[in-house]
Amino acid sequence: MARITVTVNGKSHTSDVEDRTLLVHYLREQLNLTGTHIGCDTSQCGACVVVVDGNSVKSCTTLAARCDHASVTTIEGLAQDGNLHPLQEGFWECHGLQCGFCTPGMIMSAYDMLQQNPNPSDDEVRHGLEGNLCRCTGYHNIVRAVQYAAAKMRGEEVSAPNV
Amino acid sequence: MMTSEATKPMIGRAIKRREDPKLITGQGNFLDDVKLNGMTHAAVLRSPYAHARILSIDTQKAAALPGVVAVFVGKDLLDVNPLPCAWPAGGFKNNMNTPRAMAVDVVRFVGEAVAVVIAEDRFIARDALDLIDVDYEPLAVVVDPEKATQPGAPQLHENAPNNVVVEWSAGNREGTNRAVASAEVVVKERIVNQRLMATPMETRGSIARYESSTNEFTLWTSSQAPHVMRLLLTAFVFGIPETKLRVIAPNVGGGFGQKIFVYPDMVFCMWISRKLGRPVKFVEDRSENFKSSTHGRDHVTDVELSGTRDGQITGLRVKTYAGLGAYLSTIAPGVATTLYGRIVTGVYKIPNVSIDVIATYTNTAMVDAYRGAGRPEASYLIERIVDRFAAELGMDPAEVRRRNFIPPTEFPYDNGLGLLPYDSGNYAPALDKALANVGYADLRKEQATLRAQGRYLGIGISSYVEICGVAPTAWANGQGWGAGLWESANVRIHLTGQVVVTTGSLPHGQGVETTFAQIVADELGVPYDSVLIEHSDTAGTPFGYGTYGSRSLAVGGTAMVKSARKIKEKAKRLAAHLLEANPEDMIFADGKISVKGSPDKSKTFGEIALYASVGASMPEGEEPFLDETTYYDPPNCTFPFGTHISVVEVFPDTGAVEVKRYVAVDDVGNIINPRIVHGQLHGGIAQGMAQALYENAVYDDNGQLLTGTLMDYAVPNASMLPDFEISHTVTPSPVNPLGVKGAGEAGTIGSAQCIMNAVIDALSPFGVRHMQMPATPEKIWHATRG
Repeated sequence: MARITVTVNGKSHTSDVEDRTLLVHYLREQLNLTGTHIGCDTSQCGACVVVVDGNSVKSCTTLAARCDHASVTTIEGLAQDGNLHPLQEGFWECHGLQCGFCTPGMIMSAYDMLQQNPNPSDDEVRHGLEGNLCRCTGYHNIVRAVQYAAAKMRGEEVSAPNV
Repeated sequence: MMTSEATKPMIGRAIKRREDPKLITGQGNFLDDVKLNGMTHAAVLRSPYAHARILSIDTQKAAALPGVVAVFVGKDLLDVNPLPCAWPAGGFKNNMNTPRAMAVDVVRFVGEAVAVVIAEDRFIARDALDLIDVDYEPLAVVVDPEKATQPGAPQLHENAPNNVVVEWSAGNREGTNRAVASAEVVVKERIVNQRLMATPMETRGSIARYESSTNEFTLWTSSQAPHVMRLLLTAFVFGIPETKLRVIAPNVGGGFGQKIFVYPDMVFCMWISRKLGRPVKFVEDRSENFKSSTHGRDHVTDVELSGTRDGQITGLRVKTYAGLGAYLSTIAPGVATTLYGRIVTGVYKIPNVSIDVIATYTNTAMVDAYRGAGRPEASYLIERIVDRFAAELGMDPAEVRRRNFIPPTEFPYDNGLGLLPYDSGNYAPALDKALANVGYADLRKEQATLRAQGRYLGIGISSYVEICGVAPTAWANGQGWGAGLWESANVRIHLTGQVVVTTGSLPHGQGVETTFAQIVADELGVPYDSVLIEHSDTAGTPFGYGTYGSRSLAVGGTAMVKSARKIKEKAKRLAAHLLEANPEDMIFADGKISVKGSPDKSKTFGEIALYASVGASMPEGEEPFLDETTYYDPPNCTFPFGTHISVVEVFPDTGAVEVKRYVAVDDVGNIINPRIVHGQLHGGIAQGMAQALYENAVYDDNGQLLTGTLMDYAVPNASMLPDFEISHTVTPSPVNPLGVKGAGEAGTIGSAQCIMNAVIDALSPFGVRHMQMPATPEKIWHATRG
């Protein structure tokens, strides 16, 4: 057992966790933050991506104990004061999700990517999201959604592409 | 109160989805997010052998682990029946074998459940699996659907000699034999449609709760068909009244067919929850999903196509071995026969056709419907062999297609294979539009130029037709389907004018809450936001058959339109009563019911809703409240079609394929929400492209699944797929009042052969005439070296 203190979405939690407890299980089972999903058991699908101290990580391969004194942002912490984050807005406007299961991880990965590269090409978006699988969209609209968010975060006028 | 002003039509508008706010903020409620008081957790011990006798199972050490509540094995659950097969297509002779919740004496595929541990948390349950000792006696294994039928092959079931499930045929054998024997040109090929894994991003699972005071179960399960699960689990597996089970599908994280069916975990979670008096939760790992939930495709086919030197097709002869796995899943036999064999001629008028399907048991996971279900196998087969025919003749593949299309004057068209007639179609305009969009003539020139430079461009064409909204029930029953295929919708207008729609259809990514609300809002002339769509819970929705086969809109949506029309008729009668007019003289338009010729004499729909809801002074013979239900059984299926064209470049040095363009022209009939339809097509194309280039579920000869994780099974990521260029022709379906056909599977049905035809076209300078999917770099590298 380990005692950890973690800031999750701006709120501090002190918890006892088994040494083997993964961050994703800690978030889902102990903190009831079920927006972070589990889609595989080999760290391929990215449904579990969260941001830890500014970097996107796969929470299914991160020990909770390693996050002592870390700051974690999950999909539940992305909207501020009731306003959707531009990525959330982009996914909604551009139909970047269908079943929505991969969406939280996809958005958190894109969040990290846009911090590093605020003006990506479509190709860079596709490569930046290589660690996240979506089975519904074929990624076409996910690329549009991330570009929508990138433009909005750069302060540009944006609208969803016509269909 | 409801507003009654004219509302802008919602049909045809690319509005964003009402489903999304919860899903983009982490507030979706998927199966694994459901937690109940006192809930226990199940972990499943699965067979490591593809075929073995269970000699003994020792669960004592596992049961003694602190935190373990109980351990159960197959013999404990003999008081419930095996899972039912609901579509015994093609006639069975006492050789139907379906799985039990857990294996009893013999395991027949790797991943079959052998024991279940119930513990206070999922981690303890998992730990305890390692403490169970099973003594197996391995038996001989067969995994190939053709080899399974050969003399001396290992036998899976005593009642199924040569492992044959069913031998099924359609068409005209003698005529086809004559046509092929006398033809100017015959091309033949062995074409494999490899086994695939559906891979919804959310795996499957079940949570069961039992109330001992009422003997009632509640089952939460990630399902595309909750009412059907309720029916099958109660009437067929447990032998209890249907009313003793409520089934709830929470948010479903993708299905693609895999979540239509009844599964062992539903049974053991229910059984154990009753036994222990505590809720039981089971959610698959990805590797369990791959090993033990249903797979798709797995066809090995010999096909011959005959024709004239000028490109007229005269005959098609097909023999297919279809692997169905170790047992029959819920609708497996029908997928391999009716949904495949009866549409194998595709978009072509072929005078002589003969098809045989031999469906077999193999020591593999069960095979059942996966996106497209039979139709992708059919369209891949015909479109590959037609391309092969064009190559043999040295004719342009677009021209060969055009020459053999069913002419638009022949619809409704009977293809002679036992389907109801194709409802409507006009295939040449979709081909022409695709050729124009891709710039076909210029591309062929560019291809020639590049070839001279040692670069290998390929252009692939696929013209497809498919079957959606499979119906009517009477026809399906003739195909062996064991129940109905209608769909339900109830529409109620509450006192405040809010419209509540309940339906047996349900979304798992298709956005039908949005689409349904669009059509109901227009039909009733009410604001879109005042229409609530409720679904996915057997309590509170009318019985319905669920969502699969691209049927939600064509069948479920039509039920909704019909209920709304009944509401309008009653509203007219009530308005006529209040306005002292004749009901026949009432007009319902723009949210108002007025007297023909006297537009000032009118009632708003909101006023009528209030009047009917209160019900204080109903006219003679009228009941209070606006509340109408429809059970809609369509007169026919719908037949979406289209042409897809892809442009690829193949790199002989590495064997890599780059998809440079993907142009799709799909005719899905009328379109309610273009944004949603495009999304469905994108995802569908991606899955077909994934089959062509990446995915392959591989068993070794011992029946070990070599692609048991996402490390080995190549679901494409964003960098492995291109942008898609989507457009349409619109040929409304005459089958339903919306004129819709269906869009959920069309992309998948059109795309695998589109990519393969392009790859093979690119490789034609190397003498390549066919290649089995997936077209991996290794295969291509070898092909370019003879």
